[in-house]
Amino acid sequence: MPQNEYMERWTKQHGKRFDYEERKRKRIAREGHAASERAQNLRGLRAKLHQEKRRKEKIQIKKQIRAREEKSVKTSEPAEPATEALPSYLLDRSNERNAKALSSAIKQKRNEKAARFSVPLPKVKGISEEEMFSVVKTGKKTHKKSWKRMITKPTFVGPGFTRRPVKFERFIRPMGLRYKKANVTHPELGVTVQLPIISVKKNPQNPLYTQLGVLTKGTVIEVNVSELGLVTAGGKVVWGRYAQVTNNPENDGCLNAVLLV
Amino acid sequence: MATQFPPPSKRQKREAIEATRTQAPAASIPDGSIRIRFVDQSTGQSGTLPVLTVPLSQATTSNLNLLLNSLKDQADDDSIPYRFYHGESPEALGDKEDVYNALVKPGRVTAEEEVVLQYAPQAVFRVKAVSRCAAAVSGHGDNILAVQFSPRTSSRMASGSGDKTVRIWDCDTGTPAHTLKGHTRWVLAVSYSPDGGLLASGGYDNEVRIWDPEAGKQIGGPLKGHTNFITSLSWEPYHLQQQGRPRVASSSKDGTVRVWDAVGGRIEYALSGHKGNVTCVKWGGTGRIYTSSHDKTIKVWNAQDGTLVHTLSGHAHWVNHLALSTDFVLRTSYHDHTGKIPPTPEEKLSKAKSRFERAATLNGEIVERLATASEDCTLFLWTPLSSTKPVTRMTGHQKQINQVCFSPDGTLLASAAWDTHVKLWSARDGKFLFTLRAHVGPVYMASFSADSRLLASCSKDTTLKVWDMRTGKLKQDLPGHQDQVFALDWSPDGERVGSGGADKQVRIWRN
Repeated sequence: MPQNEYMERWTKQHGKRFDYEERKRKRIAREGHAASERAQNLRGLRAKLHQEKRRKEKIQIKKQIRAREEKSVKTSEPAEPATEALPSYLLDRSNERNAKALSSAIKQKRNEKAARFSVPLPKVKGISEEEMFSVVKTGKKTHKKSWKRMITKPTFVGPGFTRRPVKFERFIRPMGLRYKKANVTHPELGVTVQLPIISVKKNPQNPLYTQLGVLTKGTVIEVNVSELGLVTAGGKVVWGRYAQVTNNPENDGCLNAVLLV
Repeated sequence: MATQFPPPSKRQKREAIEATRTQAPAASIPDGSIRIRFVDQSTGQSGTLPVLTVPLSQATTSNLNLLLNSLKDQADDDSIPYRFYHGESPEALGDKEDVYNALVKPGRVTAEEEVVLQYAPQAVFRVKAVSRCAAAVSGHGDNILAVQFSPRTSSRMASGSGDKTVRIWDCDTGTPAHTLKGHTRWVLAVSYSPDGGLLASGGYDNEVRIWDPEAGKQIGGPLKGHTNFITSLSWEPYHLQQQGRPRVASSSKDGTVRVWDAVGGRIEYALSGHKGNVTCVKWGGTGRIYTSSHDKTIKVWNAQDGTLVHTLSGHAHWVNHLALSTDFVLRTSYHDHTGKIPPTPEEKLSKAKSRFERAATLNGEIVERLATASEDCTLFLWTPLSSTKPVTRMTGHQKQINQVCFSPDGTLLASAAWDTHVKLWSARDGKFLFTLRAHVGPVYMASFSADSRLLASCSKDTTLKVWDMRTGKLKQDLPGHQDQVFALDWSPDGERVGSGGADKQVRIWRN
């Protein structure tokens, strides 16, 4: 039995000393004095080690204090006065601000021409054809030439799709790996909504995968954002918007994407 | 695979063109007659009007109009256009429609029975729907928070903005006429006096200022007294004013309403009693001041001495806005659609008084109706002169209601809400008529045209929309603003619509 367990057993059997709490409180209260004395009187390497330890402790304390302060700020937030000129019927309302931040943020991004082609995930790991396709060898003819492929990754298949006759079907997209919806995050607002996919716009791996609607990490998809109520400058409702897949859907079993704004 | 039909042959095309060229609309109405009873929509009585037998082929809306006018002994000069409603349908017969095609043919009535048509008088003039942006004027340095047209003419419009100025625009040329500087914070409310001679503005700096809109000068100093920002302004009706001493009421977030002598620059009295932000103040034409507040109540005050008359309670959340059935005539006093201004003060007074009485009279007594819009997604209709109980509660909106307004003739009620819809209600009994759906953002404001046939609404989705009140359909979609539209006003003569918003441009729309 290790030593501390003996100690625990002893306290369980006999209880603590009567002045245990008192002594503990005093020791803790005295700790500052002890540390100060050590800091003043240590010399040489020990002093250096002690200072280094103390410095690290202080960093931790400051971090903690800052986190505490942030937390307390957040609780008393909603009474902040408006900084932007608003009509009297919009003053005193705090909850309606988020959506506004969205549309002006979109506008600002649009103005930056360079930002148009930048995406959140600029680079992806390549996927080899061996990984993407498995060879189907059912039946005599198919087995002989091995020309039929099954896609091993999740795919998006449009709602009007019907499979071609078996004889002409080169690529099989398994039913179990098909996705209709994506969990799309708005990067500025930090809200996530499940939105229906309209189409696959670009799979960075291969144009063929775009055609087949393969969903891998980094794929740009078009999602239906009509329920978010976005509007163009001309007053038209935006209903399709691009998003980029951010996870490996084949590993996770769900499709997460970030909206391109 | 959908089968594709072959394109129509030359013969088929020729026949189709032939059919569009030669139309025989009159021939489609069979012979026969129908008995029609006219009923006044506001009272539900037919009075002395007889039941008439009208030949079906003649029973067009325009002929019914002629018939009703001659029955009521209204000759050519004072004939009034009427709209005819059948049964429960909120949609009136169109001006080009006739009884056969609208009612008999769809089977809503049979030719044997007596057809009861409710008639509702319409304005004798017509306002054309605005369809284009006549001017987009930059000038303000910040969001535009309030706009209002002068009651005298639509060529002058005032706008208050976040850049601490009030600007007066010449809408004929689309140029600024005056810039009124003085406020030290945002200008939240602007209001023309009923005769158009003065302009009041209230701001975030807790001050009300009175301006001469013609000269562009401030009259007197700032009216100080409020301890929080001004939410709305309302002038004393012209026919109640002491000659040359107009008063203006201002409501504030500090929970008080203050009534100022606009020319003398003094406070007359303060109405304190609300326990929260007073959102809206309206000065009624019968010497009552109506206020709505965040403390869920509406209070009615006596404008003579500033005493509390009633407290109307019923709402379950903030009351955001209130509207009077006589808002339009009180705002325009003696200015009517003819544009003629009476020469002497006495005639002005009597004209303003008679216009008010005509608008407020229902069944021979003066009834001022009050509609309130609330954060609890409902509207209430009150007749505060006779009762402290609501006439009706109007439910249907899915989110908070921002604004409510009566049509100038006092028959319709429009409510603009955060649920992106505008809803139309009958102002008589609060019956639901239409939902106007097309906006995709919260609707901030709605404004009727002077003839009550059209409604304009502005929204966060950056567009203005114009609606037809007969059918409840979208008439015009007016995109153009770059950002959300905060303020909207349809000029009292119906010529123009002015709007302003977060894109810092005042836009003037015309037909």
